[in-house]
Amino acid sequence: MSSSSTSIMDNLFQRSLEDLIKGFRLQLLGESNFISRALEEIRREIKSTDLSTKSTALHKLSYLAALHGVDMSWAAFHAVEVVSSSRFQHKRIGYQAITQSFNDQTSVMLLITNQVRKDLNSANEYEVSLALECLSRIGTHDLARDLTPEVFTLLGSSKSFVKKKAIGVVLRVFEKYHDAVKVCFKRLVENLESSDPQILSAVVGVFCELATKDPQSCLPLAPEFYKVLVESRNNWVLIKVLKIFAKLASIEPRLGKKVAEPICEHMSRTVAKSLVFECVRTVVSSLSDNEAAVKLAVAKIREFLVEDDPNLKYLGLNALSIVAPKHLWAVLENKEVVVKAMSDEDPNVKLEALHLLMAMVNEDNVLEITRILMNYALKSDPLFCNEIIFSVLSACSRNAYEIIVDFDWYVSLLGEMARIPHCQRGEEIEHQFIDIGMRVRDARPQLVRVSWAFLIDPALLGNLFLHPILSAAAWVSGEYVEFSKNPYETVEALLQPRTGLLPPSIRAVYIHSAFKVLVFCLGSYFSSQDTTSSSLAQESSSGSSSMNAFTHGSILNLVNVIERDLGPLSETHDVEVQERAKNVLGFIGMIKQDIAEKLNLQDNETESFGVAAFMEDVFSEEIGPVSAAAQEKVCVPDGLELEENLGVLDEICGEFLKPVESDLVSYTDMISFSVSKLRIRDQQEASSSSSPPHEASSLLAEHRKRHGMYYLTSQKDDPDSNGTHSDYPLANELANEISQDPFNPKRKPNQSKPRPVVVKLDDGDESRITPQAKTNIQTGNDDESLSRAIQSALLVKNKGKEKDRYEENPNSRQQEKEESSRIENHQNSEKKKKKKKKNGERSSKHKSRRRNEVASASEQVIIPDFLL
Amino acid sequence: MIKAVMMLNTQGKPRLAKFYDYMPVEKQQELIRGVFSVLCSRPENVSNFLEIDSLFGPDSRLVYKHYATLYFVLVFDGSENELAMLDLIQVLVETLDKCFSNVCELDIVFNYSKMHAVLDEIVFGGQVLETSSAEVMKAVEEISKLEAASNSISLVPKSVSGWRGR
Repeated sequence: MSSSSTSIMDNLFQRSLEDLIKGFRLQLLGESNFISRALEEIRREIKSTDLSTKSTALHKLSYLAALHGVDMSWAAFHAVEVVSSSRFQHKRIGYQAITQSFNDQTSVMLLITNQVRKDLNSANEYEVSLALECLSRIGTHDLARDLTPEVFTLLGSSKSFVKKKAIGVVLRVFEKYHDAVKVCFKRLVENLESSDPQILSAVVGVFCELATKDPQSCLPLAPEFYKVLVESRNNWVLIKVLKIFAKLASIEPRLGKKVAEPICEHMSRTVAKSLVFECVRTVVSSLSDNEAAVKLAVAKIREFLVEDDPNLKYLGLNALSIVAPKHLWAVLENKEVVVKAMSDEDPNVKLEALHLLMAMVNEDNVLEITRILMNYALKSDPLFCNEIIFSVLSACSRNAYEIIVDFDWYVSLLGEMARIPHCQRGEEIEHQFIDIGMRVRDARPQLVRVSWAFLIDPALLGNLFLHPILSAAAWVSGEYVEFSKNPYETVEALLQPRTGLLPPSIRAVYIHSAFKVLVFCLGSYFSSQDTTSSSLAQESSSGSSSMNAFTHGSILNLVNVIERDLGPLSETHDVEVQERAKNVLGFIGMIKQDIAEKLNLQDNETESFGVAAFMEDVFSEEIGPVSAAAQEKVCVPDGLELEENLGVLDEICGEFLKPVESDLVSYTDMISFSVSKLRIRDQQEASSSSSPPHEASSLLAEHRKRHGMYYLTSQKDDPDSNGTHSDYPLANELANEISQDPFNPKRKPNQSKPRPVVVKLDDGDESRITPQAKTNIQTGNDDESLSRAIQSALLVKNKGKEKDRYEENPNSRQQEKEESSRIENHQNSEKKKKKKKKNGERSSKHKSRRRNEVASASEQVIIPDFLL
Repeated sequence: MIKAVMMLNTQGKPRLAKFYDYMPVEKQQELIRGVFSVLCSRPENVSNFLEIDSLFGPDSRLVYKHYATLYFVLVFDGSENELAMLDLIQVLVETLDKCFSNVCELDIVFNYSKMHAVLDEIVFGGQVLETSSAEVMKAVEEISKLEAASNSISLVPKSVSGWRGR
């Protein structure tokens, strides 16, 4: 058969898209088989010289690509061929394929410019529409540049069908080719006064997008928008104008006053919920200083909240959470609704209600609210339960546990939370457990009690989500063993056989904690024997009621138990566990002999006494939180270039570098770091602090004095808690805290109990850099050139307008009035432009400063007087 | 801006999917699946909004409406109003109802091309340009006429089922 007859045969028997769809529904081959068969067919047909065959094949391919994820980039050239057909049907299929599959990387993009231009100039408005749609979706810089004249012409089209689409396409053209602003802006702005609602809607939509990207550049058009706001009765248009004003009011506060009145008017007048909601949102987000407007908005929110429609309820809650930071009364007024919404069946509503409840939390109601939330957490599905737990955790830990007064209660709450069946926030609880231990001295006894309850329950070891919490519990019971009621049982719990279920890293913490307990017990034992010894007894008497309970027998028993349980671990595969176990066993090896032989332990010279005292000294060092920003405070040595040349690395191994960066910022990681590196720390301390403990603490004080800036400053919430202790020469406040008398009575009733001291880092607590802020700075540039283009276009436009108006109607008083404001406006924007240009030359480092300047500059002038 | 329009049936099969920012097809399919997995887990009679930041990036919202066997889904950003988008779904459905007189899933399945014609008149490059279903109908009918006209001058007729159904 000749090739031409093949093509005719193809065409005659070609399956149309409808056939394909039908076939799809009847096929027995299985979906992927059917698709590959169909693709084979398409690949053959699309090569046909007959455009009908080709376009049908392309149409089928577009269908498969859109709904079945078939790649169609290979057919790009065929799409270009189809689009050049003179038949409307082919053209439409071609354009559809192009908009669907072309992107900036498509090489044949260059080939469509002329075809698109031809269609933009077509007399058939539907062909123009196809080309416009294509341009608005895939327009590149080159396309936008080459087709700007056509777009300009179409903006003046008399057919609103074409004109509205031409307005729509301007957005893409401006975005890709900033110089188009010069050409098209004037015509675009003129349409703001159009009487055709479709046109007005389109142009307001475009300005809404432009204002979102760069409110500053749209500010001079405020009078036009104001006119639309007051005059239009089209909800779509009004919503968009409100969005524009929300953006403008955020950079020009005086505008807020002016628009508040019409907005309130719309709010009370309209029955369209969408418009009401938009008014409410505009008021609560951008005009939140306007008392009357906020009151009206909150009243409307209340109406939403009592509606049966879940959408309105959700949006009402949503609006409440926007208003909450500035007007908490609005939330409190609706407290019952919010609490009720917690048991709504809609997850969205529940989530919003949760956020609102958390916004209400303060020192006085935190008990009540968390009690409610814990009840909900127990009843909820896992997802929401964890959302609740997370909210409570983050609200309570905000700003170094600002709202927590009763830490005993909070620590017990953490314990309760961990035991909620669905709880998957173990890591956060772990972090807070350790964090509170380090920051809040007075919470430690309770922490140890709660940890104890975790450790002795063998059932918990099997729960994967609890492992991080167990790790924290083990660490706490080792670090603050002096508050333990029964250290012997703690060791037993730490070394119980089921700990084999733990991951090695946590098991290592368990073993190390057991080590700390052992050392503590030995120290207590020795010091109780050694009644005459002064310094050690003083030190180890700190806070333990059980210190006299150790007899020779119980110590021997303890040592034996540890040796028995750890023995097998010295040959385990995990190095960390093995090393910890060997450390403990080695220590026991040194002291066991002496204890077993029951030497005269009053003799300070025995080896075991020396070793135990030494180790106790090692562990007596208090571990405090480290500022997340501590690293940044290290001065860069002279001659070390940190930034230089390393920028290149980003390109080469950007992916590998990123996680490291985030680690640095993460506070949680820092804590676990400090836990896992305890050993290193211990060694360091061991080398420096073999002197008697109180000497060590003054050495420490000395050290902190010298390196104070890496440590924390203590916060004195309670003036009575310090100043009473002056036994030691205090180097700084922190040393003061360390020496606080731990016997301070703490068991007072909750209400009268003063808030314990919470150690606060001077800066690093919340200093996680938001990635968004970073990207904003980076992406700023592109928008800026667009904004500059709009600024200058506005100048031209205003000039032109002045002229037009003089010619049109020089006598109208109304116009004259407007004119004067126009001129003023124009002068102002000229001033502003100068300012902007000057500023543009500065480096981006001063960006924030510059923004302020621009803002203040614009405050002086931009808006014509009649608006203010 | 509207980021995407989708129509999915209750089994998760996409019947129409349009993304207004370029996206590779694999990504499109992934998003469709992601959206459906959230949709199908939602009970009846709850709000029509979804938090969708995890799929479409920050500041993206989703509204959907469930009609018979179909979900109509709109994904958009902060410059659209949630309730207005719900209305837009209503406009779309009303228009389809007029087009196919009592629209059902099968109409949407078999009239892929016409569906796009309707949608393209309402949403243009991510912007809402038309909210009157009468105007949309007018344009769609014109387009159908133009297509039929260009088809009739074809020398070689299409396969039997061809474009008659439209």
